[in-house]
Amino acid sequence: MNAVLVLIALATVGTAVAAMSRRNLLHSVLLLTGSWAGVAAFYLWAGAEFVAFAQVLIYVGAISMALLFAVLLTRRSRVDLEPGPASRGRALYAILAGGAVAGVLLSAVSRGPLAAARSPTPAVTVSQLGNQLMGPYAATLLVVGVLLTVALIGAVVLAAGGGPDKPGGAS
Amino acid sequence: MSPLHLCLAFSSVLFAVGLAGALARSNSILVLLGIELMLNAANLNFIAFWRYGPAPSSATGVIFVIFAIAVTAAETAVGLALVISIYRHQQSIRLQEATRLKG
Repeated sequence: MNAVLVLIALATVGTAVAAMSRRNLLHSVLLLTGSWAGVAAFYLWAGAEFVAFAQVLIYVGAISMALLFAVLLTRRSRVDLEPGPASRGRALYAILAGGAVAGVLLSAVSRGPLAAARSPTPAVTVSQLGNQLMGPYAATLLVVGVLLTVALIGAVVLAAGGGPDKPGGAS
Repeated sequence: MSPLHLCLAFSSVLFAVGLAGALARSNSILVLLGIELMLNAANLNFIAFWRYGPAPSSATGVIFVIFAIAVTAAETAVGLALVISIYRHQQSIRLQEATRLKG
């Protein structure tokens, strides 16, 4: 059981590191899609099937496509895929910051008083989830729906607005 | 190591990778990708604590992750629209050149 988890974790972290270190933006997005698929595999492993399918639908399906379109829409020419090189010092400081955060988190995890209960996999069926979403969490569901609507309309307005010569002009 | 510790270590490493990526790269799309990675690491924690927590019968962790994924989708849509808008105005998506709002 643990071996599967370690395999999933290694694949996910490996693709994430590769995605963050690639020069080619398209490769980064595609590798990160693999990383999200790894996270979905973790959800499946943990017994949260609905979340795994939501992750596949939203991240691997929708967000990766939106990211690919953004990458392709914002390059200047066919060969201009490589982002400008960040300075070496900045990369070093970023890796230092990431390593420090990882060290703090890992030491806290390994020393924390976490009693891992030997419990069987909790089974939450989709109908249970639906009842919860329609019952105690109905207000939250409505708020999230309104948030998504407002955010998507705002995204359309932002992305479809005029260029620098015609500021704010629609279409 | 118990599975809970493994899950938490996994999500910590994923968070650190996302943080380092978001800080190191100067391309705004890559910074957005790093932020997505950090959000995914947070969701991993919710699922891990739901799986090995004291009260696994309730679906609280799963529902929290569902809402977090929805909010993340909205954030990504707005972020990508901002990137495209910045590109329209400046013909570049490098963060160092997006200084229009600088005081």
